[in-house]
Amino acid sequence: MKIEDFLGSRKKDIIEKWFNRVIETYSDDTAHFLKTQKDPFANPVGSNILSGLNALFDGLVSGGDEKEIEAFLDRIIRIRAIQTIFSPSQATAFIFDLKKVIRDIYKNELNKSDALMELLLFETRIDSLGLAAFDVFVKCREQIYEIKANQERSKIFRAFERAGLVTEIQEE
Amino acid sequence: MKNLPKSVELLSGIDHKPPKQKGWMDTPVEIRKGMYCYASNPKSVEYLSLPNARPWNPLEDDWKLPENWQQILHDGFKERLERFRSFKIFMDICVRCGACADKCHFFIGTGDPKNMPVLRAELLRSVYRNDFTTAGKILGRLAGGRKMTLDVLKEWWYYLFQCSECRRCSVFCPYGIDTAEITIMGRELLNLLGLNIDWIATPVANCYRTGNHLGIQPHAFKDMLEFFVDDIEEITGIRVEPNFNKKGADILFVTPSGDVFADPGTYNCMGYLILFHFLKEKYGLDVTWSTYASEGGNFGFFTSHETMKRLNSKMYMEAKRLGVKWIIGGECGHMWRVIHQYMDTMNGPADFLEEPVSPITGTRFENAKSTKMIHLVEFTADLIKHGKLDLDPSRNDNLKVTFHDSCNPARGMGLLDEPRYIINNVCNHFYEMPPNTIREQTFCCGSGSGLNAGEDMELRMSGGLPRANAVRHVHEKYGVNMLANICAIDRAAFPDLMKYWVPEVGVTGVHEMVANALILPGEKERTTDLRGEPLPGMEDEADE
Repeated sequence: MKIEDFLGSRKKDIIEKWFNRVIETYSDDTAHFLKTQKDPFANPVGSNILSGLNALFDGLVSGGDEKEIEAFLDRIIRIRAIQTIFSPSQATAFIFDLKKVIRDIYKNELNKSDALMELLLFETRIDSLGLAAFDVFVKCREQIYEIKANQERSKIFRAFERAGLVTEIQEE
Repeated sequence: MKNLPKSVELLSGIDHKPPKQKGWMDTPVEIRKGMYCYASNPKSVEYLSLPNARPWNPLEDDWKLPENWQQILHDGFKERLERFRSFKIFMDICVRCGACADKCHFFIGTGDPKNMPVLRAELLRSVYRNDFTTAGKILGRLAGGRKMTLDVLKEWWYYLFQCSECRRCSVFCPYGIDTAEITIMGRELLNLLGLNIDWIATPVANCYRTGNHLGIQPHAFKDMLEFFVDDIEEITGIRVEPNFNKKGADILFVTPSGDVFADPGTYNCMGYLILFHFLKEKYGLDVTWSTYASEGGNFGFFTSHETMKRLNSKMYMEAKRLGVKWIIGGECGHMWRVIHQYMDTMNGPADFLEEPVSPITGTRFENAKSTKMIHLVEFTADLIKHGKLDLDPSRNDNLKVTFHDSCNPARGMGLLDEPRYIINNVCNHFYEMPPNTIREQTFCCGSGSGLNAGEDMELRMSGGLPRANAVRHVHEKYGVNMLANICAIDRAAFPDLMKYWVPEVGVTGVHEMVANALILPGEKERTTDLRGEPLPGMEDEADE
């Protein structure tokens, strides 16, 4: 069985373990809430993480489209990029948690001849995902700084405008 | 190959988890960038004659507190427990059932357990137990008490300015504890030590001096409204003529100054001007603006009871000076909690005003019998109900609208159906967000109670996540492209929030849409909306 098929057949188990590891990066009280509240509007963080991980896993196994994968990464990282309880590496480390989860599940397959090679190849995909996560994280942070900078800029502009220091070009 | 599992074991030893927190009392506060607002400018604190004005920086160890700061806090706490019965009850009756814990947008968004309303309140309660209850005095920590130390004080400051006083948690409390009131008291106590944030302190000083948060002086206020008059003329061909400080007018109109100053509130302000012009032409209604009572909002509310009262008093004083019959207030959020719940006993009774009765429809606004002040959406909804407005909702056909219930009008005064009624009459495409995110259960914008600064953007983006998540849902499901609201802070905060979470969705006040649909007597054929964007079907004409 190819590694993709094997992992695909164990998807439910893998996602559950991966999700739990991501959720455990929060404090106990928060983690309990994120795990147990199933309403997506009462618990946007938990639900976006879960749906994001599902989609990312499918993308990894089927070799999904780059743009699509970025969108799924965005769902999760956009949230963790503004949760200041995390450092940048902590915010994005969840990608590599998947390695740990897969190794645990795939351990017994490793005595088959091509298994290690397949695992290592699959893990390079996870590594690429880690790099893509870096891009998305930086994009989100840049956006926050852009919003901050624009706010300051327009504040100054409006102050100048009120002081009569700005004249617009009149229409002919 | 037989040593393979060993290398796998080696490889799998990586761990990326941040260290686990200890119990909440043992987790020291860490003031993080992006989550707090700058300290108050001492000049502003001084201007209001509030105590302990000084420059200080939240990130520095030394907050330059007065020497006897613990005594000041203790005495202040004691005084408030005696003065405010609700505060005393809220300190005593919480059984820590946890019903409120996961209802706070700041907890949901930040993941920080100290943002659970129960824990935020526990910051005060632990000191209350230690200082004022017998069990706490004897048993200390065993009875949930703890001494007021510098670390505790910093924790108070950090988390009391991570609450927007939205009261969503109180909807779920079986005892009806209003956690917003606990935050209000906590901030009042912090103000005794000069520990306000500047986004509140300076607007309050401005408002006290010139009548509005932005410090716009009377002539500039008039100039700004006259800019809108020019824009309206360009779009509709009609020159509206607003009254300023007109003695003997029927009605005084007071709106948050954000509507005069910042997009998209400015379009809403044009909406008010257009509506009042229509009512004047058609029914002879005489409305005046005031360049002195030029602020509906009241950041004093986020400082102390006394400061709130001082800022609020100008509404009645100006109504008296001008001799109007009663007052209409514009689209604002916290302004309405002040008016609805405090103004009457704080600065009333306004015996010199009449009970509000719409001269156009005859409707008696009994809900405002005592305050003599009604919300503009109540007034407009009543006009529409009686068929008094000439509306062409198709002019808003480019909009797919959802409505955000602003916390204070929704939870603070039950204003739930009027804005929806108006929206459904002025546009053809309206979609509700999921039931547990609207009406009484509405999620805060994440920037209320003076937190809509720039330096705390991470706090605002995380606090606004539950709201934005629901907006994204209706955007993806129905193609919603406009988020309507009746609050000036919403109009200031949502554009940034949408930019980050759902960039395809714009932000509007309700009266901007009313004015787009409202047909003025004698108007030219309109090709654009109030933003200068082409009306549906007018894309070619608008270009010319």
